[in-house]
Parts: sequence; C-alpha cells; structure tokens
Amino acid sequence: MNMKLTTLALGAVMAAGPVMADLVFPSLSYRTGPYAAGGIPFADGYADYFTLVNERDGGIGGVKARLIECETGYNTEKGVECYESTKGEGALVYQPLSTGITYQLIPKTAADGIPLHTMGYGRTSAANGKVFGNVFNYPANYWDGASGIINYLLDENGGDLKGKKIALVYHNSAYGKEPIRTLEELAVKHGFELTALPVDHPGQEQKSQWLQIRRERPDFVMMWGWGVMNQVAIQEAANIRFPMENFIGVWWSGAEHDVLSAGAAADGYKAVTFHNVGRDFPVFDDMQKYVVDAGKAAGAGDQIGNVLYNRGMYAAMLAVEAAKTAQEIHGTADITPAMMRDGMEALEMPEARMASLGMPYFGPSFNVSCENHGGPGLVGVTQWDAEAKTWSLVADFQQTDGEVIKPLIEADSASYASENNIEPRCN
Amino acid sequence: MFYREAGDFKVSYEQDSQTFPIKFDRYRYYLVLLIAFLVIPFTINDYWASAILLPFLIYSIAAIGLNILVGYAGQVSLGTGGFMAVGAYACYKLMTAFPEVSMFVHVVLAGGITALVCVLFGLPSLRIKGFYLAVATLAAQFFLVWVFNRVPWFYNYSASGQINAPERDVFGIIITGPNAPAWATYLFCLVFLTICAIVARNLTRGTVGRSWMAIRDMDIAAEIIGVNPLKAKLTAFAVSGFFIGISGALFFALYLGAVEVGEAFGITKSFQVLFMVIIGGLGSIFGSFAGAAFLVLLPVILKVVGVDVLGWPTDIVAHFQLVIVGALIVLFLIVEPHGLAQLWRVAKEKLRLWPFPH
Repeated sequence: MNMKLTTLALGAVMAAGPVMADLVFPSLSYRTGPYAAGGIPFADGYADYFTLVNERDGGIGGVKARLIECETGYNTEKGVECYESTKGEGALVYQPLSTGITYQLIPKTAADGIPLHTMGYGRTSAANGKVFGNVFNYPANYWDGASGIINYLLDENGGDLKGKKIALVYHNSAYGKEPIRTLEELAVKHGFELTALPVDHPGQEQKSQWLQIRRERPDFVMMWGWGVMNQVAIQEAANIRFPMENFIGVWWSGAEHDVLSAGAAADGYKAVTFHNVGRDFPVFDDMQKYVVDAGKAAGAGDQIGNVLYNRGMYAAMLAVEAAKTAQEIHGTADITPAMMRDGMEALEMPEARMASLGMPYFGPSFNVSCENHGGPGLVGVTQWDAEAKTWSLVADFQQTDGEVIKPLIEADSASYASENNIEPRCN
Repeated sequence: MFYREAGDFKVSYEQDSQTFPIKFDRYRYYLVLLIAFLVIPFTINDYWASAILLPFLIYSIAAIGLNILVGYAGQVSLGTGGFMAVGAYACYKLMTAFPEVSMFVHVVLAGGITALVCVLFGLPSLRIKGFYLAVATLAAQFFLVWVFNRVPWFYNYSASGQINAPERDVFGIIITGPNAPAWATYLFCLVFLTICAIVARNLTRGTVGRSWMAIRDMDIAAEIIGVNPLKAKLTAFAVSGFFIGISGALFFALYLGAVEVGEAFGITKSFQVLFMVIIGGLGSIFGSFAGAAFLVLLPVILKVVGVDVLGWPTDIVAHFQLVIVGALIVLFLIVEPHGLAQLWRVAKEKLRLWPFPH
C-alpha cells in the first residue's frame, strides 16, 4: 500500500520531469560463500556488458541501463530480501543464477508481473510458455544438457550405448536432481545403465562416491556440480585415474576455476555448453576499449574471457536485445516489466544479429515464441586443454532429443498448472 | 522514576501474580501490542514484511522454543534446523492432503507432530547430558535432513525434491503463496508469536517451568526434592518441539514459499537459532525476541548502510557483515555473558533509580 503510493508519487515526478528514467536490471549475484568462484565471473560479465552498452551505445535505445547489484550468497533467505528490495525500483528482469532462488521467484514474479530469465538453470518445465507466462529459460535447459551429453556419447560410440554403465555425480539439491528424470527416460531408450550418486552441499566430501565409481567402473561419468564441488570431483577423478575424456560435466561444471586446481591431470575433461568460449570475438575489443581501459570493469576485472564471464555477458546481451525488441514492439524507449516480457517472448537471435553485435557464433541462433520459452535446446561440447589452459568447442551446437524432453516438459508443467489453477495461454 | 512499585497497590492475588506486576511495565507491554496489532498492519509493505518482520517473528518463535529447552531446562540442542524441517514438511503434507482445512489447524498440527518427533529424539537426554546430548541432537539434525531428502513421499514425489506452498487461506483471506497480502501474513505470524510467548511465559512461571529450572540447576538435587526428571525433560522437549515446529511451518509456508531441506534447514539454521538464544539471553523470553531481532536486523542494517548509503561494492559489504556480526557476538559474550536480556534488566534497574541514584 505504502509502496504503491511511493511508486505512484515517483511515477508522477518522473512523468513531470523531462529526464527519462533508467532501465533497471537487478543482478542478484553472489561474490561470497562456497559458490562465489562461479558467481563472481558471471556477475562481472553481466555488469560489464551493461557498462559497455551504456558507454559505447549511450544505453539501450537511448536510455541508460542501471544495474543494481545485490549479494545473495546463494542463500534463499537473502535472495528474498534482494528481490523485495529491488523490485520497487522498476526491475525489468531477474536472473538469480540459483535454482533454489528461482523456485521461490517463479510464483512471486508471476504475481508482480516481472519476467524471470533462468538461462540454463531453474525449473526446466518453464520452457512451456503456455503455463509459465513470464519465466524464460532460453536458449537451453537442464534436460537439453542431459540429452546433449547422451547424444555426444552416442556419437562417440557409433550410435550405440547398449549395456554401457553411466554414472551421474550430482549436487544433492533441486538443481542436481533436475536431470535425473530425463536421464532415466534416456537410459530406457538407449539401453544404458544409470547410477546416480548424490553429493551433499557444499560438496567437499566425495570420497565415498568416487570409491563407488572405482568399484563399479562405469564407462562414463556425468556431473551436475556447482561451486567447490566441481574442483573436488575433478581432483577425485584424477586420484582414481578415471580417464578424463570420459568425464563430462553440465555447463555449470565446466569453467577454468573448476579444472585449474587439478593441474595437468584435468586435461581432456569435457563439459556441455550453450554458448561459445574464449575471447576471440570482436566484442572483447570494445570491452577492452570502453570498459577495461576506462577503469569501469566490474569486480577485480580479471575474469574477462572466462567461461562464466562469457555466460554472464551472454545473459546480459540477451536481456539487452530483448529490451530493444520490447522498445520496437511498444514504440517507447522507456519500457515497463510487462513490455520487457513481450520483448523476451518475441526475441529473435539469428546468426546475423549476433555477428552485428560483435559476437559471431557466440551462441546458437534461436527464436522465442509464446508456446516455447526454452529455445531450440541446441547444445555443444567443450574440452579443457591443461597445457594451453583453454577451453575449446569440440562439438557444434546440436539438436537435443525433443522426443524425450517435450513430453516430460508437458507433464511437469501440466502438474504445476493444475496445482496453481493456471489456464494455458497462447490459444 | 520509571518501573516503580510505589503507589501501585495490589488488592488481590491475581493482581499480585500477573505477568507484569509493575504498572509502567504493563502499559509499555500494552503499547507494544497495540502498535504491533493496530498500527503496523496498516503501514506495512512487501519489503518490510518479507525481508524484516516475517523473519523476525518466525525466528522469535523458534528462539522461544529453543530457549525453553536450553535456557530453562538446560538440555543443549543442536537439532533445531531438523525440527524446523519436521514442522515445514508436516505442514506441507497437511496442506496438500487437506486443502480445505484452515491454515491455523495445519500450523498447530505441524507443531504437534514436531513435538512428538522432538520427544523421540529427547529420550536419550534421560541418560546423557551436556556435550554428549548436543552430539545426540546433532545426529537428529543430520538424520532428519537426510530423511526429507531421501524419502520422496515427503515432497510428494516432485522431480526437484523441493516443496512449494500452495495457496491457502484463513477466513477467506489468502495467507500463503505469492498473492497473499503483506498485512495478512504478518498478522498470522504475529498471532502465533503472541500466543506462543504468553504460553511460554506462563509455563515458565508455573510448576512445569520450576521443575525445568530445578533440573537445569542441579538434576540430582531436583530428583531428591521430588521433581520427576523423566517428566520434566520430556515436557521440555515436547513444548520446545511444538514451538519450533510452528516456526518451521510458518518459515516454509508464509516466509519462503519454496524450500529445499538441505539449504533451508541445514546445520547453519540450528546454530543461527542457538546464537539468537545465547545472544538474547538464556532463560528469558524477552531475550529470545532480542536475540532474533539482533540477528535478523543487523545484517539488513549493515547492508543498507554499506551498499545503499555508502555505495560500497556488495561483496565487501557481505564480508564486512560477517566480520562485524562475528565481532559483536564475541564482544557481547565478553561484556555481557547473560545476553541482551541482562542489559535490559540492568537498564530497568537504572531507570528505576534515575534521576536520584543514591
């Protein structure tokens, strides 16, 4: 009530004054706690891209973007505090980078009419735009990741995984449990044997899981880890001399800091991805010129070009492009969260558009539609070279198994719709 | 000048044994209740409700519950997080199984279920004491979290293992889910806190409370004068579990809305509530409030001052929070080992003599 009055008053002041409001993008980051190693580069990339857009282009459609950073520490209670304290500022889109916080924000953002973009995390069935009107998880989700890994293994093994043993080492939380359902279906379809090994938060203790892997000798190991768990798992795999090229992580388990600590032993470790790696893109020249050299880089400024920095930058780029789309649709530069949602739903990201932004082939080309908020689910594979200390793309963005994933998304979103009495949209 | 008995005549036993025998204290108490019930609900907004007042109210209930066990009965417990999880999952199962029943009933039943579980884990307290009991309750913490992660029945077989609070109402007013108005969730928690605090206060002043304190101070002596240790210890566990269960249910259903057991009810939660009790003051109901307020408000205040006022980077502020809160805890324990409640008692004593201390 009070809040509404303040916003009304604020709105009146803004309408009266000639100065345009900023476009507000909250960044619920975590630069502290056990998951900070992953949170810092993402937050830096996210912040730097908005700085670049402000400095180089003078904002989005002439309106400056304003980033509000709020520290969550990957903790849901602090996440709530951050959400409540930033939403009154006119936040256009939330990207919490935490599956736990996402689950909390899905109903809250729906009630407040603010879009939520969970790129490659969160609730997978949010890809069904008919049920989840303002949640987006393009360009890929966990189930695409799971299917992408299995497709890659199929390619490597001549299209046959019958009788193979595949182990999944996962973070024992909503995040880690998410792919199991798809993997179980895929195990039936392709005839491999799946062993799921949970690792409890924060993941420093994995001796028993790797002992089991040593005993059962699976052909391949998949990992759904985050934070310190990744480093420990890769070190443990090296300790039991598990062949690294048979060890594949999801995109949250494939950054520099995950593999560096294991040194040369990590050579050949793989991870799936939904965007390109390295800093061999024209956009990084602009980044150097307008942001780094101007002393405006976020954080310590030492993360540029890292896998997760690129992901944060990619997330910011998609947000900026969606905001531009929204400005075109509604013919106003000063967009509201509801307009932003329309922009995200109408987002088109063809190759030419990425190239014009200085990011050619940075991610898969995709279109978002009212029904499909998840994009096409194209997934590539990267591999770590311990000698050169670089990740490189070893398999192109490829189609995942929609035949298996689609029915699962339908079923899960249908149960959410019935629990919450949601009428399907897009008819 | 303040807190004087002078001129405050008691003419009946009821008046003599009331909770706040001093007139000034009693009016202050009525004023607090008046503001809490009649002023705040009309001025509250989403931010104040979800970021400050709800966690304060809910943690206060948990702290009162733990204070009964640790402060009054002297049984050290590190299982608070696990017991809160029992309350949350009991509430979730009840909410989904009986959608038409009022939330009041669900929350109270969740408290009752937690009381039973708490008594079960309290049984070892009859044989073991002190640090050894702390280890036994620590086992409860880990066991309960493991069970809720492991057995899919508790989270209704959802793929992610999360529990989500569906929309439920009390007398037609929605109080869970995202569409619940801030004042309704606030009032719902406030009613529970008020009832819990009054019940706890009166229990601790009566026979039960005296037997708890006798056990705490010296269990052998208590047994010799006729206090039944079995009854005293298990009632302490039951009452404490009841309150902690209520706080767990409210924590899940009204405050967070979606919960993952390992993250929300881990060992850190147990320590957080224990710190509230220790900082607030062992064996004091007011101390439970003070401790909860201290640990809920301080990080928010530091964040507002650091990030919004001074404009520092968020990570520096987050690190400073840890340092400052930690330092304050150490400082408090050195300067005032009996907690904030003792500071309050001393302040009252001083005010009583002021302005003529001699």
